[in-house]
Amino acid sequence: MKKMNFWVIGLFGMLFFGCSEEASQTNAPVPVTLTFNHNWDGESITGDDLNTLKFANANGQLMSVELLRYLISDVTFERADGQSITLDGYHLIDVTRDTGLSFSLPQEVPVENYSNVSFTFGFDNEDNVDGAYLDLNSVSWNVPMMLGGGYHFMQLEGKFIDASDTETGYQYHAIRAVDNAGETQRFQDTFFTVNLGPVDLSQNTTIGIGMNVAEWFKNPNLWDLNVLGSRLMPNFNAQVMIYENGQSVFALDNTP
Amino acid sequence: MNLCRKHIVFAVSVILFAVACETEPLVVSGPTPLPLEVPLVFEERILPPILPVDNRQTVEGIALGRKLFFDPILSADKTVACASCHSTQNAFTDNTQFSDGINGSFGNRNSMPLFNLAWNYDERFFWDGAANSLEEQAFEPVTNPNEMGNTWSAAVAALQQDMEYPQLFLDAFGEEGIDSLKVVKALSQYERTLVSANSRFDRFLLGELELTEQEQNGLNVFLMETKGDCFHCHGNPNNPLWTDNLFHNNGLDAAFSDLGLGAVTGDPNDNGKFRSPSLRNLAFTAPYMHDGRFATLDEVIDHYSEGLQDSETIDPLMKSVSMGGVRLSQKDKDDLKAFLLSLSDERFTTFP
Ligand code: HEC
Ligand code: HEC
Repeated sequence: MKKMNFWVIGLFGMLFFGCSEEASQTNAPVPVTLTFNHNWDGESITGDDLNTLKFANANGQLMSVELLRYLISDVTFERADGQSITLDGYHLIDVTRDTGLSFSLPQEVPVENYSNVSFTFGFDNEDNVDGAYLDLNSVSWNVPMMLGGGYHFMQLEGKFIDASDTETGYQYHAIRAVDNAGETQRFQDTFFTVNLGPVDLSQNTTIGIGMNVAEWFKNPNLWDLNVLGSRLMPNFNAQVMIYENGQSVFALDNTP
Repeated sequence: MNLCRKHIVFAVSVILFAVACETEPLVVSGPTPLPLEVPLVFEERILPPILPVDNRQTVEGIALGRKLFFDPILSADKTVACASCHSTQNAFTDNTQFSDGINGSFGNRNSMPLFNLAWNYDERFFWDGAANSLEEQAFEPVTNPNEMGNTWSAAVAALQQDMEYPQLFLDAFGEEGIDSLKVVKALSQYERTLVSANSRFDRFLLGELELTEQEQNGLNVFLMETKGDCFHCHGNPNNPLWTDNLFHNNGLDAAFSDLGLGAVTGDPNDNGKFRSPSLRNLAFTAPYMHDGRFATLDEVIDHYSEGLQDSETIDPLMKSVSMGGVRLSQKDKDDLKAFLLSLSDERFTTFP
């Protein structure tokens, strides 16, 4: 017995020291974490804000954010020489239930000064496979087959003061745009690449990503929840507008 | 690099060898493990069930749990069993608005059907999420004055004096002695075996049959944001639990006599929220809602269609509240009902 333990310790030692050379290289891979924070034109949104009509949108309507969850995928690190590393996979952020606000990337990334870090908002068509992901099915993230199947990109819900001065629910759900009016379904892609800009992993291996929720309602399309507050999933034009407004919602943001 | 890999391979094999040398011969005794069978419709679509590591499913544990579940011995006057309010032919609920507990006392909540409990991933049980695991839940009915009205010491004493139970507990847990923890563990093991996944719709998902045109239309009403839009809370063909197991206010009341989740969390934003029930087995689980206020599915559908009551915490998914709801046509209502009934699993009502 004693002998065995001796051997085990000795071999563990070999295991560690034998590999140490590799770890000391400057661009050795390290674990990287993405963190997500959310604000309304700079004012931070947390779980405590849910249910209060405290945000004024660009169209002058007072509104609340009760539910916010969204999906990102294919995080990519680009080097100045044009080479890039894409980490296949996806991640669901749920602000309401306070889950997924921190995402430890599934694979280590070499320490380098990257010229750009990007991700896909939602799923690209290759990844947006109906029913393919058991964890997403389990939280009912699906889009019905009649709307093309696959998954939601975002669910943003709450209340707003409507034109008749009544508190009314809105459901701002983002999916791939689909037009069911004709004989055959017509689709338009609404996932998009979010470019965060340069990131130097030797400075920090945590990358903060901020979503300015107000931007979804601002530009280029000034959003009127009275008109576009409900039943947006089957609304082709609304989906394209959500896609357009989405271009400016994300930014690198390392405020804790 | 290569050298490094060889080190690892060598090291690992020696460690394995060392570990193998240390292992004592297994003592083969104690209860026999019986892993929970996961139906194909679930296995292909959703995450595996939640099974606590400190209460493994075993043949003896499940058999004991089953006996306890149907036995009034746990109640103060030996008249009420779990099955009194959770009966097999009603998909393990009962058919009254409130349940008749000990001495004819009634609570203020409708009994809940019991199935697919291991797939409640957040493990928040009861209408209001007050219990955090099945084991924790099972502690409650025995001492609830409206249910079994007993004390745990009296319940345990009754089991100890019984002719059969001491041996059955020994078989199930591999040690002498009965206590409340063992009782709730056995009950929970049995409850986890209550799996329902054999409805017409399940067989449709397995490719074994076609839906009728009416059921198919009803599914569309269920899924369309411009019609019923039920799927955001009650599952979809890729989530055949037919619930999100989350808490919502679905517009039953303008003012709340029962705060639901709000009473558990103390947060007024949660007032009037209850857990979405699964839509499986509705054919056997009337009446409906946390207070059993609706006797029929038609009443439920009418509620969503034109009966919504506004309140501060009403879910944003409840549309056209000022008009009472989504205003379905009579045909859409009938089709929706036909679809809902396709989620009922006849075979489950004769669960052995
Ligand atoms: C007198 C009727 C009655 C008896 C007896 C009774 N229950 Fe219940 N059961 C209920 C009611 C009512 C609820 C819902 C309570 C609530 O949400 O406040 C419930 C809820 C439950 C739930 C929660 C299900 C879910 O999905 O959250 C479980 C599990 C359960 N009972 C198991 C048992 C067990 C085990 C026993 C026996 C030890 C038992 N019950 C005895 C009436 C009863
Ligand atoms: C916002 C989420 C939500 C939506 C959307 C929704 N429900 Fe519900 N449903 C609930 C909740 C929560 C309950 C339980 C409420 C209670 O008892 O207080 C419930 C209860 C039910 C029940 C009673 C089940 C039982 O066992 O008592 C049925 C049936 C039902 N819903 C069908 C539907 C149908 C059909 C639709 C679409 C027209 C729909 N629901 C839309 C959340 C929702």
